[in-house]
Formats: sequence, C-alpha cells, structure tokens
Amino acid sequence: MSNEWPLWEVFIRGQHGLAHRHVGSLHAPDAEMAVKNARDVYTRRNEGVSIWVVKAGDITASAPGDKEPLFDPSNSKVYRHPTFYDIPDEVGHM
Amino acid sequence: MYAQEVKSTGKAVRSLDEMGPEERAFQMRVDADIKIEPKEWMPEGYRKTLIRQISQHAHSEIVGQLPEGNWITRAPTLDRKAILIAKVQDEAGHGLYLYCAAETLGVSRDQLTEQLLSGKAKYSSIFNYPTLTWADIGAIGWLVDGAAIMNQVPLQRCSFGPYSRAMIRICKEESFHQRQGYDIMMKLSRGTAEQKEMAQDALNRWWQPALMMFGPPDGDSIHSAQSMAWKIKQNTNDELRQKFVDQTVPQAKFIGLEVPDPDLKWNEEKNGYDYGEVDWNEFHEVLKGNGPCNKERLEARQKAWDDGRWFREGLMAHAKKSAARKIAAE
Repeated sequence: MSNEWPLWEVFIRGQHGLAHRHVGSLHAPDAEMAVKNARDVYTRRNEGVSIWVVKAGDITASAPGDKEPLFDPSNSKVYRHPTFYDIPDEVGHM
Repeated sequence: MYAQEVKSTGKAVRSLDEMGPEERAFQMRVDADIKIEPKEWMPEGYRKTLIRQISQHAHSEIVGQLPEGNWITRAPTLDRKAILIAKVQDEAGHGLYLYCAAETLGVSRDQLTEQLLSGKAKYSSIFNYPTLTWADIGAIGWLVDGAAIMNQVPLQRCSFGPYSRAMIRICKEESFHQRQGYDIMMKLSRGTAEQKEMAQDALNRWWQPALMMFGPPDGDSIHSAQSMAWKIKQNTNDELRQKFVDQTVPQAKFIGLEVPDPDLKWNEEKNGYDYGEVDWNEFHEVLKGNGPCNKERLEARQKAWDDGRWFREGLMAHAKKSAARKIAAE
C-alpha cells in the first residue's frame, strides 16, 4: 500500500470577513499537520485569519457533464435579477 | 523559462475538421478561452504534455532552492539573510502549488518525485550552474527570476485551470524576487571597486545561461506549435528571449554593468536589441546532465528523499494510529 500522505484542500478566510475561499491543496499525514502546512504554504503574506482543511477525497463534486442540466435552467430566469424591473427615475434609488 | 523543450505529441497540429467530436468540442473551448478543468474530457496528448510541462516547472522551483540555499548561512547581513530565507521558502511554496496542479491530471506526488530522481523528468538548465559569490544571489534574482517572470506572466492565461491559477499566485509573489536581486546588484555596483567587479563577474557568468532559460530557437518546432494551439504556451521562445534582452540591457546600464555580448546592438528598425548567438551546444550538454552541477543537484534531492523517508513514514503511521484510536473511543 502506498504510504503517500493524503491530499487536503485548503480554504482561507481573508482579512475582511468574507467567506473562506478555496486557495489550493497540499499533502499532509493528518488534519493537524494539514493546518500547519497550510499556514506555511498559503499564508506567508498575511493572506488570512482562518484556515479550513478538508480531505480531498471527502469532497463530493458535481460532474462536469452535468453542467447543462444543472446550470442552464437559470439562464432564462432573468426576472431573478433586479435589472429586470424598470422603476421610474422619479421613484428614486431602490 | 522553467520548462524548456517540453515534448508534446510530436505530430502536426490537427485542424478542427480532422478531429473527432469530443476533441473538436475541446479545441473550440480552448479557442474561446474557456478554462479546461481536471475532470473534463481532454486529449491524452494534452494531458501528457501538461504533466511534463507542469512537473518540469515544479522540479525547477524545488531544485532552484539549492543554488540559493548555498548562501543562506553566508549572507552579508541579517536583513539579507532573512530576505534570502523568505525567497527560498517561496520557491518551495511555488513547487508545491505546481505539484498539486500536476496531480489533478492523475499523476501522484511520489511518481513525480521518482521521475525527477531517475532523470526521466527534467528541470531548468539554469540551476546546474554554481553560485560562487554573493553577487550570484543578486544575479539569480535579477536575471533568473526576471526571465522566469517573463515566461510566467503569459502562463497565467494558460488553458488549464489549475495551472493558470497556480501561475497567478506565483506571479503575485515572484516580483519581490527579481527586485531583491536587482537591489543586491545595485548595492554591489555602487560599492567598492572589488564589489563592483564581483557584480560584473556574476553578470558575465549568468547572462548566457539566463538566455538559455527560454529554450532553443523555435524554428518550426511541432511541439511548440501544438502547445500553442492548446494554449499551454502563449509565446515563442524567441519572442520571450527578445523581450527579456530589451528589458534587461537598460537595467544593467543603469547600475553601470556591461552585458557580456560584443554583438549586442540597438536595432532601431525592430525597436529592440540584436544580440549574439547563444551557445546551444552548452545548453544541450547541460540538459543531458553534463552541466557543472547536475550531479550535485540530483544527489542533494536524492539525499533529501532518502533521509526524509523515516519522517514521512513515521508521521503517516502516527496519523493512522490516532485515527484508529479515535474510532475505537467513539
């Protein structure tokens, strides 16, 4: 059996309170080391205030082939955007 | 360029009409600048060429730590030492980003390492030259990182998503490397006569190897043509080399150093410098393993791999044991 360290996906929350964002991946033997390595590899320049690591194998992703059935239906639903509605200038900002 | 002479399919580029439906759909996405992601269908040649190119790039970052690491303990001041450590640490990070990008194509980290150690995978010829004086650290930052940036900036637009994203991160971090190198050269060339001579000597030795980083003249290489059609290479080797010469010559002048090329001459017509023939024989010898430090570099990587084995395995054994204990406790 291969003794290679498993792959972890790394998510970092930046300075400004935004959501954690995927920044890359790395290998580590366990979660604790993954966080330590993520700190060394992905936050060398003040990039973040919080780190999440997730084993890459534990992520369930949508299949690339499902792109059309998943995402095309929203193309035709322009009324979900505020710009769909004409509000007279006299009403002011809305 | 950290990836020199990356072999592609070796076949002529096919037109859309000659492709099957899957390949045609793929090529049309590439042509439309839509990024290709790891799990999507891609031609086998695209996958293999990318693994070769990205791993060569990653290996270069890792081996590239060696010539610079050579001067960490002998940096002239504490500031310079801290800066050099930060730079070498960045190179390790860049190697890791790139290995991960290559791994999304279905090759494992251990396989990549084995390919480097067996000599099957290459790394940039530039790292097979020795760093003899402190000025070499300046010359590497200024010239080697300067040439690398020239190549990496267009690679940010590469068609393969993970490679493109790694390049964006790397470029953001890399400009400090070039500036710190130029800063060293500037200090030396404004110092004592001996210091200036040291800087000139470093430029003399690194100029040609830096030009070789972009790879041999393109001519009509089919490897290059295929890589450009796939947008995993955006400019020809000669284009980038010319750009590098035009950018670097005035920088050398500014600090009073002379570029070691008797044929260097401004060419008004092409709005760039003409420069002398590069010694391609030396380039091919270095790539083949006959450069001044090839043996030493690979030995250092092999030693790190061998000496680290107990550590890699120990941590893995500990992780497995802890996980088993945790399950038992639940």
